Amino acid sequence: MTDLVIIGGGPAGMSAAIAAYEAGIRDILIIERDDSLGGILRQCIHNGFGLHKFGEELTGPEYALRYEERVRKLNIPFKTDTMVLDITPDKVITATNSDEGIFKIEAKAIILAMGCRERPKGALNIPGTRPSGIYSAGTAQKYVNMEGYMPGEEIVILGSGDIGLIMARRMTLEGAKVKLVCELMPYSSGLARNIEQCLNDFDIPLKLSHTVVEIHGKDRVEGVTIARVDDNKKPIKETYEYIPCDTLLLSVGLIPENELTKKLGIKLNNITGGAEVDENRETSLPGVFACGNVLHVHDLVDFVSEEAETAGRAAAEYINGVKASENIVEITTDGNIRYTVPQRISGKNDVNVFFRVGKAARNVKINIYDGEKPILSKKKVRVAPGEMESIAISADIVSRAKSLHFCMEE
Amino acid sequence: MYKVAIIGAGVIGAMIARELSKYDIGVCILEKENDVAMGTTRANSAIVHAGFDAIPGSLKARFNVRGSNLMEKVAGELGVKYKKNGSLVIGFNDSDRAVLQELFERGNRNGVKDLELICGERLREIEPNISKSAICALYAPTGAIICPYELTIAAVGNAMDNGADLKLGYEVEKIKKTACGYELISGEKKICAEYVINAAGLHSDKIAAMAGDTSFTITPRRGEYILLDKECGNLIRKTVFRTPSEMGKGILVTPTVDGNLLLGPTSENIDDKEDRSTTAEGFSKIIGEARGNIKEIPLNKAITSFCGLRAVGNTGDFIINSPACGFINVAGIESPGLTSAPAIAEYVVEMLRDMGADLIEKKDFNPHRKPMHYFREASIEEKNEIIKKDRAFGKIICRCEEVTEGEILEALRTNPKARDLDGVKRRTRAQMGRCQGGFCSPHIVRLIARELGIKYEEVTKSGGESKINLRKTKGGERI
Ligand SMILES: Cc1cc2nc3c(=O)[nH]c(=O)nc-3n(C[C@H](O)[C@H](O)[C@H](O)COP(=O)(O)OP(=O)(O)OC[C@H]3O[C@@H](n4cnc5c(N)ncnc54)[C@H](O)[C@@H]3O)c2cc1C
Repeated sequence: MTDLVIIGGGPAGMSAAIAAYEAGIRDILIIERDDSLGGILRQCIHNGFGLHKFGEELTGPEYALRYEERVRKLNIPFKTDTMVLDITPDKVITATNSDEGIFKIEAKAIILAMGCRERPKGALNIPGTRPSGIYSAGTAQKYVNMEGYMPGEEIVILGSGDIGLIMARRMTLEGAKVKLVCELMPYSSGLARNIEQCLNDFDIPLKLSHTVVEIHGKDRVEGVTIARVDDNKKPIKETYEYIPCDTLLLSVGLIPENELTKKLGIKLNNITGGAEVDENRETSLPGVFACGNVLHVHDLVDFVSEEAETAGRAAAEYINGVKASENIVEITTDGNIRYTVPQRISGKNDVNVFFRVGKAARNVKINIYDGEKPILSKKKVRVAPGEMESIAISADIVSRAKSLHFCMEE
Repeated sequence: MYKVAIIGAGVIGAMIARELSKYDIGVCILEKENDVAMGTTRANSAIVHAGFDAIPGSLKARFNVRGSNLMEKVAGELGVKYKKNGSLVIGFNDSDRAVLQELFERGNRNGVKDLELICGERLREIEPNISKSAICALYAPTGAIICPYELTIAAVGNAMDNGADLKLGYEVEKIKKTACGYELISGEKKICAEYVINAAGLHSDKIAAMAGDTSFTITPRRGEYILLDKECGNLIRKTVFRTPSEMGKGILVTPTVDGNLLLGPTSENIDDKEDRSTTAEGFSKIIGEARGNIKEIPLNKAITSFCGLRAVGNTGDFIINSPACGFINVAGIESPGLTSAPAIAEYVVEMLRDMGADLIEKKDFNPHRKPMHYFREASIEEKNEIIKKDRAFGKIICRCEEVTEGEILEALRTNPKARDLDGVKRRTRAQMGRCQGGFCSPHIVRLIARELGIKYEEVTKSGGESKINLRKTKGGERI
């Protein structure tokens, strides 16, 4: 029996482990499928990480290294090259690696920190051929930054997610020509900072309300047809335009990797694709916590670390037998606010509730109601789907509320 | 000098090669692509048809029923997944009912066993998820599903293990008649054989013409499909066809042997024999029609779409003949060609015998091949035994399909060896899951480069110009 097993050795897993350690737990095991700790940050060699957490601009690998060094210093056990295959609701984990074969571990508490993956192209069903030269932006990032190879020279990017924006700059710096970025929505889901620094600084056009309607080429991509879409996101025939290129990068969103979570029978949220949690990041299965991108996709790793620390401390309390609070207040949202994390809170302490809006807006109010009764209102000058927002709610307010309904209003 | 050269490593060429490898003769398969099963065999409905469709007396009818009977045994020997899930042809009105009656009688005449005409209640008992408006059906319990490229890879592999040769990237461009047989020329290379079997699928008319036979033509007919995630594979158990009409056979819905759900195919004649593009019209047709077959189809679970090309001959039946001494056409093998393959192979061997080929059975012919997915199917204890002997089986490379490094290395080392990313995918399922290779393909590229002794940037998706990477970055390679 192991006190705490953490699945995933990215920033979330490592931060959670350190926080649990600092809260007194010693019997910890981090399981990571890659050959070293660090997760997706290892291939994010650009900077901009750690501004909130460390007050300086680090690259992805530098940020990860700070946590890895801490994990090593504290002698927190971890297994790399080890993949978890299964977990049962009674917290028995089945994993495999070359040294031990397929083995089982029983845990008192589990923290899920498996991260997310990119939405693949198949789900998009773009008509045309299926030649070589179609990659998700993250795969291209791995080829360029980890393997040292260029998967393309003349590039069209579909989707303006952050990884796509970062790769537009990266491939340009490597001597490739990025012809344009197509975004289906009338706004970008990427950070404003990235649009400025990765596209505008390099004169790469961002075509909003555009999509790729056909892929051409037999062995390798030879071109794509792009088109403007109407209000119903249907391509407009008159706007079809052929763009010659040898590569199509897809940056059309990230999906939390919750296959194991599903095996546990944990309740997932339709919008985040992650588990539903309370302010401790505890899922519907007591003693199982989730944090980082497996819970909901974050824009900044700093917030991942923070969330993971919360989960790590809470797991320590669970292991030490501290009872969860009985009083639970559910959070609901109007359509304008797409989701919140956590989705329920106890009111034991003050909490920061994170949320994302469904559309860009200026000078709005975030209003919180208990039934019909307004209980909190906060002004936001500017909100966008690409930027995660948060609002602090005091324990006092929560303890007096029956439910909390989040609305974005003019 | 080979006794027999087979042009084309589709399911037909593969099954013929395997049948011939039972005899003490030199056999060579020539294939223009970088792997076997890259033509029509790559993308089709993967159904072992029961045999009620074909016109009684036709070659199609004869080989379909015989092939359907042979398939289970062949699949067992080759270690290929095969599932006798049964087929349903559903009808919505009285005119459908009449057509089903006709199919029922036709099937009986063709010798299909256990056919049954059923109606509403029994239909729902057999297939609870069937469309609400279906009122009757023809039920064929002998209908089955199989993976066509797995069958082809296994058949070629088994033929090779029994002595046959495979030449990939060998596009026959010219055929010369010589005193003792034929010269098959590809660029600078040539291969000589006493007998030639033309199993070149879509291009079999071209190959026949090279040997002086211009008696038939092949037209490509596009068939598009949508494949849904494994989450949907158990929505239905049977293969569900609609009653054929003047408009064709319509869209079918079927589970696959790997547990996905397959919807398709469309049907459209085209000009280009290499054009495997999918279309927006195709998608909407599939979606529109498939909704009529079963109750609910979660289309948001689509993981990929693809297109297959039927090789439609102009005679209406399979074209199996010998237009010249020592030259055999096996052409126009449209559906039910996959099903018919084992029966066609038997027949072609008899043709060769009749033509005077000296066929002596090998004493040491081994009909068995290790199942391609033996590791995946093993128990935890068995897996741990394997991992103890070979560490590579403990390391997962493809996380979505849980494919180990050991399985990928085996695909690169076992006949017929994979030589590119798609070849590894077809043999192991790596890159076939939810992330479609996003995470694992860089690892697999590395393994391919190492095993083939080529540079990282020379690795392709499927041969030819389909390179994955074009050059090194400025910083250079990972150390
Ligand atoms: C949409 C669709 C659905 C179908 N559904 C079913 C089904 O459910 N059940 C069923 O039983 N059948 C089905 N079929 C039919 C079945 O797929 C075919 O009958 C079968 O695959 C034909 O195999 P083949 O070996 O003749 O052709 P192919 O698989 O096309 O093989 C021919 C090979 O020859 C090679 N070649 C061509 N020219 C040359 C050259 N010059 N030199 C060297 N090599 C060459 C090609 O590269 C290719 O590999 C379907 C077909 C389609 C298209």
